[in-house]
Amino acid sequence: MNFAFQKIYTQITAITKATCSLKAEGVGNEELALVNGRLAQVVKIMGNDITLQVFQGTEGIPTNAEVVFLGKSPSLKVSDQLAGRFFNAYGDPIDGGPAIEGKEIEIGGPSVNPVRRKQPSELIATGIAGIDLNNTLVSGQKIPFFADPDQPYNQVMANVALRADVDKIILGGMGLTNDDYLYFKNVFANAGVLDRIVSFVNTTENPAVERLLIPDMALAAAEYFAVEKHQKVLVLLTDMTLYADALAIVSNRMDQIPSKDSMPGSLYSDLAKIYEKAVQFPEEAGGGSITIIAVTTLSGGDITHAIPDNTGYITEGQLYLRRDAEIGKVIVDPFRSLSRLKQLVAGKKTREDHPQVMNAAIRLYADAANAKTKLENGFDLTDYDNRCLDFAREYSHDILAIDVNINTTEMLDIAWCLFAKYFKPEEVNIKQALVDKYWK
Amino acid sequence: MTNGKVKGVIANLVTVGVDGPVAQNEIAYITVGGATKLMAEVIKVGGSNVYVQVFESTRGLKVGDPVEFTGHMLEVTLGPGLLSRNYDGLQNDLDKLHGVFLQRGEYNFPLDKDKVWHFVPMAKVGDKVQAASWLGEVDENHQPHKIMVPFVFQGEYTIKSIASEGDYRIEDTMAVLTDAEGKEHVVTMVQKWPVKRAITAYASKPRPFKLLETGVRTIDTANPICEGGTGFIPGPFGTGKTVLQHAISKQAEADIVIIAACGERANEVVETFTEFPELEDPHTGRKLMERTIIIANTSNMPVASREASVYTSMTIAEYYRSMGLKVLLMADSTSRWAQALREMSNRMEELPGQDAFPMDLSAIIGSFYARAGYVYLNNGSTGSVTFLGTVSPAGGNLKEPVTESTKKVARCFYALEQARADHKRYPAVNPIDSYSKYIEYPEFAEYISNLIDDQWLDKVNEMKSILQRGKEIQEQINILGDDGVPVDYHEAFWKSEVIDFVILQQDAFDKIDAVCPLDRQQYMLNLVMDICAHDYSFSVFTDVAEYFKRVINLCKQMNYSLFHSPEFDDYEAKLHALLNEKQVK
Repeated sequence: MNFAFQKIYTQITAITKATCSLKAEGVGNEELALVNGRLAQVVKIMGNDITLQVFQGTEGIPTNAEVVFLGKSPSLKVSDQLAGRFFNAYGDPIDGGPAIEGKEIEIGGPSVNPVRRKQPSELIATGIAGIDLNNTLVSGQKIPFFADPDQPYNQVMANVALRADVDKIILGGMGLTNDDYLYFKNVFANAGVLDRIVSFVNTTENPAVERLLIPDMALAAAEYFAVEKHQKVLVLLTDMTLYADALAIVSNRMDQIPSKDSMPGSLYSDLAKIYEKAVQFPEEAGGGSITIIAVTTLSGGDITHAIPDNTGYITEGQLYLRRDAEIGKVIVDPFRSLSRLKQLVAGKKTREDHPQVMNAAIRLYADAANAKTKLENGFDLTDYDNRCLDFAREYSHDILAIDVNINTTEMLDIAWCLFAKYFKPEEVNIKQALVDKYWK
Repeated sequence: MTNGKVKGVIANLVTVGVDGPVAQNEIAYITVGGATKLMAEVIKVGGSNVYVQVFESTRGLKVGDPVEFTGHMLEVTLGPGLLSRNYDGLQNDLDKLHGVFLQRGEYNFPLDKDKVWHFVPMAKVGDKVQAASWLGEVDENHQPHKIMVPFVFQGEYTIKSIASEGDYRIEDTMAVLTDAEGKEHVVTMVQKWPVKRAITAYASKPRPFKLLETGVRTIDTANPICEGGTGFIPGPFGTGKTVLQHAISKQAEADIVIIAACGERANEVVETFTEFPELEDPHTGRKLMERTIIIANTSNMPVASREASVYTSMTIAEYYRSMGLKVLLMADSTSRWAQALREMSNRMEELPGQDAFPMDLSAIIGSFYARAGYVYLNNGSTGSVTFLGTVSPAGGNLKEPVTESTKKVARCFYALEQARADHKRYPAVNPIDSYSKYIEYPEFAEYISNLIDDQWLDKVNEMKSILQRGKEIQEQINILGDDGVPVDYHEAFWKSEVIDFVILQQDAFDKIDAVCPLDRQQYMLNLVMDICAHDYSFSVFTDVAEYFKRVINLCKQMNYSLFHSPEFDDYEAKLHALLNEKQVK
């Protein structure tokens, strides 16, 4: 790159693992710079002392490194050419294809005026009952999978992406293993949907701090398609825990006082800035939408850790995967999972009995769990307990298992059949009018 | 006015070198890129360096950028036309902003200067008046909006002239007042007040004693909140905090509802924006939005204005209280506000307190809750600000600084519980851990016995004892097994389940069950307590559960039916038939 017309600084005054400082003038906050060709960003200005965060890390940076300020914040070139392509954290192609031509936009731009949003009301069907029946997704929603590292969350996400009825899918991969990166690439290619997909990938082979750019890059692209092309965009972010870890690294290097779990005090705002990009635009603004499905990996299932905890307060629900030992398959856990927006579509865009059937089935499933505890503690089971257990097994196998792919009406019909098979109407606790209409 | 220049930037904390005096919390404008002015507030002064927190993104800010100080603190503009508006934390009218995205540096006047209001004077020439005295009234969405002597006026004034009945704009002269020295002061319909100072232009503030009806059984019946009372709802995420809060704001018997969405989800605010203009106020039949003000500072909006938003909402609430109105202020969530304080404290490199929160967190929360209350105004009327805040405890752990500091000052506590939410027992308010201190106030006991009957509080306490007993028995059954306890234990347990399912649980999404007026609450509590007061004849424990499930089912069908409709009466008749089968005479 030729920046001959710009001033070159060569006097670095301090270097840490992630930052370096120098004396310079006329520099703007959050401006980009190149330090010996490595991309860096201004994070602190004090008089003419400038601190730069070097994304690739500062290994090998000498005190006489050449520093050039670029006069702009991180940006991405956007156009239809993005479709089907793979990029790194800086928005440069990594698939061997040509550079993108188009309008250059700053990433991490302003937020949508809340009064210009529309209430999400379009269902996104996935064919997975743990989602469609119990935790219905709505366009403009943001929801993470809370998963243990050994759970097949990337496979489930890929499945959701392929089945969901959307115009564009944007994958933001942070700290993906190379294997998972190739997995996504293959799945999308084999399904013949590459032209719908844009990927921004930072693998474990890339420097950790680079990850900080991935969500903003992915969401800048998403905003382009949703705002200018009025498209329905689904953004997949995996794994947000690794993103937060990168935030902690930077804040630590900048000597900030850590709050809970060594995370920066601003973690909530940092995560909210990303997740709140999920939006349903009204018809006047083209009717596009951005829906975010993310992954937050847990350590040992601990959801009280600062990362899942702050995430849970921002996102509209959370999904948990669980292996159901009874049927030997992975299900979306009906107890802990929650989609907060489901009532906007359940029973409105789906059949009227949806909310009550969903709750009744989960209640009975909970009774079965209690019965199981009794059994394990060596107590005798009542007839009701046994019926609950049988119900739970079939419910799990016929509806909940993630390899089942049926529509919501079929799910409801199967649930009514199971109710009738094992219970009397008064045990199910559903509004009489619905029982009269649907009891099989 | 004092001017300055930017000397340093770390995120939204900016160091400014100044050429004159500045005050703590003074508002300043920083010009970035030669054109855009960003609002900022002084939060620390050290020598010639002034530290300001900028209410917007500081991207592109450079050393040497000019700063102008305004000479006043962060103020809100008060006057007719606040109702049914959507503001951000700095009181910008969100509907007036251009474009889909929020552009930084775009500020606007929060009221409508051209709208004409019909003014009716309430005072006359020669009257002695003081701050907050009512000069006249305009009709604002059917609320009597009082035009008052500005709160900043100190001492006694005499009315020299006052506008006669007629149509005026907010900036017209409504009265001229003469102070003790004979100086004249012009009063319009608009006044300003610094948000961080409480409006104290009232005569006295007694203990709250009047029930504030919310239509939510687990609150009104079990742990009532009073007009002018304070309460808080801590809850791990996913326990129905927001649904409960929305239910209260829709149904509560208040004249004005102010919703401060402080650092919460944008889609939830949108839900309010979408629903409130459609929903009917159950008390007046008009649209809910007519009596509502929304202060939206969602989680992705700038952190510093999140802190301002709670103060902005409280100041507007106090303004309407001074008119003798009942105001309900809901803030969701105060934890986000505390986190905003933490972020700033961290950037200023203050020594941190527990969990890195600032040391004075407890004092800040305390003085904020203290601004709520039931007051007697100087003219003998009453007004109230009832404050309900939510707390989002990290990891659902209530032993964290924000929850603990709040617990010290709020009088009602609605403990949302994960286990109840997991079992879909909504609202997931734990009846045993929750409390209302107002129940213990003799003035409240007297009020409620006049309002309902003098047995009411005894019944409520009896209900709580049955619930407590039920919980203990459930623990014993878990240890000893179903057949390890006598049959009457099962009976006692199931009686507590009847209370839980019929009184405590309520379907916020069912049109009828969502709102339960007080007379209906009284009816259902009497019914359920009557069921609990009887003994039943069972030979084996399995019959107990089966029988009471049928009882619960019939009671729930009653909850789903219109009060005293034929359907309701029919279920009740069936219920009594069922009760007669097993009740021991």
